[in-house]
Amino acid sequence: MKKITIDPITRLEGHGKIEIFLNDEGDVKNVYFQVPELRGFEKFCEGRPVEEVPYIVTKICGVCPGCHHMASGKAVDAVFGVKPPPTARKLRELFYMAHFVHSHIAHFYALGAPDFVVGPDAPKAERNILGVIGKVGVDIGKEVIKQRRIAQEIQALLAGHQTQCMMNIPGGVRKGLTDEQRDDIVKNAEGFIEFGKFSLKIFEDVVLSNEAYVDIILNGPYSLKLHSMGLVDDKNKVNFYDGKVRVVDTKGEELHKYAPADYRDYVAEHVEPWSYLKFPYLKKIGWKGFIDGQDSSVYHATPLSRLNAADGMATPLAQKEYERMYGVLGGKPVHNTLAMHWARLVELLYSAEHCLELAQDPEITGNELRTPIDNIVGEGVDTVEAQRGTLTHHYWTDDKGVVTKVNIIVGTTNNNAAINMSIKKAAQGLIKKGTVVSDGILNMIEMAFRAYDPCFSCATHSLPGDMPMIVEIKDADGELLQRIKRD
Amino acid sequence: MAEEKPKIKMAVYWAAACGGCCVSVLDVHEALFDVVAAADLVFWPIALDTKYQDVEDMSDNFIDLTLFNGAIRNSENEHMAKMLRQKSKILVAYGSCSHLGGIPGLANFTTKEKIFERVYHDSESTINAERILPKTEFEAAEGILDLPQFYNDVRTLADVVEVDYFMPGCPPQTARLVEVFTAIVTGAELPPPGSVIGAGDKAQCDECSRKKTENKGLKKFYRPWEVVDDGETCFLEQGLLCMGPTTRTGCDFRCIEGNAPCRGCYGPTPDSIDPGAKMMSAIASVVDEKEPAAIDKVLDDLVDPAGYFYRYSLPSSYIRRKMS
Repeated sequence: MKKITIDPITRLEGHGKIEIFLNDEGDVKNVYFQVPELRGFEKFCEGRPVEEVPYIVTKICGVCPGCHHMASGKAVDAVFGVKPPPTARKLRELFYMAHFVHSHIAHFYALGAPDFVVGPDAPKAERNILGVIGKVGVDIGKEVIKQRRIAQEIQALLAGHQTQCMMNIPGGVRKGLTDEQRDDIVKNAEGFIEFGKFSLKIFEDVVLSNEAYVDIILNGPYSLKLHSMGLVDDKNKVNFYDGKVRVVDTKGEELHKYAPADYRDYVAEHVEPWSYLKFPYLKKIGWKGFIDGQDSSVYHATPLSRLNAADGMATPLAQKEYERMYGVLGGKPVHNTLAMHWARLVELLYSAEHCLELAQDPEITGNELRTPIDNIVGEGVDTVEAQRGTLTHHYWTDDKGVVTKVNIIVGTTNNNAAINMSIKKAAQGLIKKGTVVSDGILNMIEMAFRAYDPCFSCATHSLPGDMPMIVEIKDADGELLQRIKRD
Repeated sequence: MAEEKPKIKMAVYWAAACGGCCVSVLDVHEALFDVVAAADLVFWPIALDTKYQDVEDMSDNFIDLTLFNGAIRNSENEHMAKMLRQKSKILVAYGSCSHLGGIPGLANFTTKEKIFERVYHDSESTINAERILPKTEFEAAEGILDLPQFYNDVRTLADVVEVDYFMPGCPPQTARLVEVFTAIVTGAELPPPGSVIGAGDKAQCDECSRKKTENKGLKKFYRPWEVVDDGETCFLEQGLLCMGPTTRTGCDFRCIEGNAPCRGCYGPTPDSIDPGAKMMSAIASVVDEKEPAAIDKVLDDLVDPAGYFYRYSLPSSYIRRKMS
């Protein structure tokens, strides 16, 4: 049996490799997506004072440190039996919206777009953000970089450092916001909204206007029927910071809706000897292996699954885009893996709109930043949506608040089984008896995982180099604000 | 940057890391255009499609500058460290993990077996009746599947290969990266190999903007949630543990600006032999008690001193690991 190895997989954060086994006829027999790494935070957080954990766990992921900082900060609040005062809670959420803006921009433009703008079988030295800028032009490149920079600066202002987040303290936050800082954020959030609209327009012009891409999204080897997980507010709208976890089945019917503290009744993790990463599944169904469909216990937790699991978006412009996406893709739920990119952009717009709402909230500049602590409950669990999925931190402490046990289910981990299956399906669709396995084909197999850990990969063919692109930025009334053209 | 100079070849690699060092490179923001005008990026898994085989195919010293981030946690990390050493003219241990062991280095307080037991057997959400553990070699129905060997100890980059320079920080400040990068591409004179670059030689306390009063005496340590920081007085004077006395400058006081005490990511000052020993003596000098019993009482309030003093540096310290 022949084996093809892709090592390391690239344009994601973290390590991974793909092993493809071909049978004697040259068809794909099986595929394994292996995670070759473990660091063991669950163990080495033991013995640390629990208030230190929100800083230590930012080192689980340096691309989404804010997610771990927030899930951890909330779990620590629960250990002490407190909730932060309204100003502190809103400041956390404001930070978190800027965090989503940074991360979704980075993933959409730097990690995913190369496959689609430069082309999946373009020379691999060009399949990167520089190749994208080469194609779309320096002006758009600069705008992308600028908006991400502003999002990083807002986080740095609120948390000390955008990557070394030091914002949360038990019961609240360390630092408030001045009127002047608030005014700047309002202005910048308005910029995010325009940029969110601009990004959806790019998606429209480059992907949706191209029949080949739409065909790949709808009919390519990139679809998998799985259950969908996401956090929702009390109106079942998508929420990143707080709420209940909702799971809908492959037909869109609600399977579960539970408080984060009850996660162990609904989710369990399976271990395989060939990967350091565990495989979460829906516990009430039970582990049935790497199968898709209504009877499977495999679910995904991605931008697309969040939209599938909710009844809509909590902000008006994002809601319109949500409706449009499901309209074009034929209703809910959507199972086309590559539509995750579109859902990510709907979320980018939501993050921008909610960032503005929070910045304009009169309480955001309040002075009450911490709820006093007078009790140690000794156990706390809470959940946020990380950009890559539902993230849960669970801590136990002794009566001094020193950690005795930690359990964490990380966003991407939720998708481990789904990613394995998506890669296998792509490989089986792309490699047939007699296929010359080129770098381009292998990259298209990688596109299956990049959709989960962002990507923008859509096509079997590269874009013609001279394809004109026109981007129009319009305001809410449809008035043309800016027109960017590349010939 | 000098236009006429040939571009350098540059690589960024992560071993046992979180990706934050790579983000600190992305955070050059608009200066990215200057970076790529001066350097060809030849290997950077977060952003480029270069594979391990492509690196292996490069000739020795093909890469001018490699920023190696992440600790050495497993056999793949060590293998890549050795390969990149061979392929690189200048190898920089970039960030706390490769420099000192970093946060993953806290695992040296425990063992491989205990980590595996916690993660794969005892975790409250894991169901693993057959007590399966990941294996370095597993015979699947279709063939053999390999995984790197997870070592018992976390090691620094310098523990496995010769390192030219060390750039501290978790992550290094992007402004420091730009300074170092500019020096290298413009051919400026570099310090002797083995030096720490992109950081100051002073202690944080020497340049900290927080107010120190004459009344230095410390009667009691508090947990951060027991007191309200006044936002301007030295943390240690308020009874809040801060690693400022023994930590290098270079971070631009980002945590302090965020009203958070230093946790030591820039590593020990040049005169420090061991960060923990140095911090212990720094603390002893501010405790306002004379009698050993009274000093002990003050120190008793300090929960998990080893976890603070060696937060980023355990694998590079004298104690290196807990023995059992």
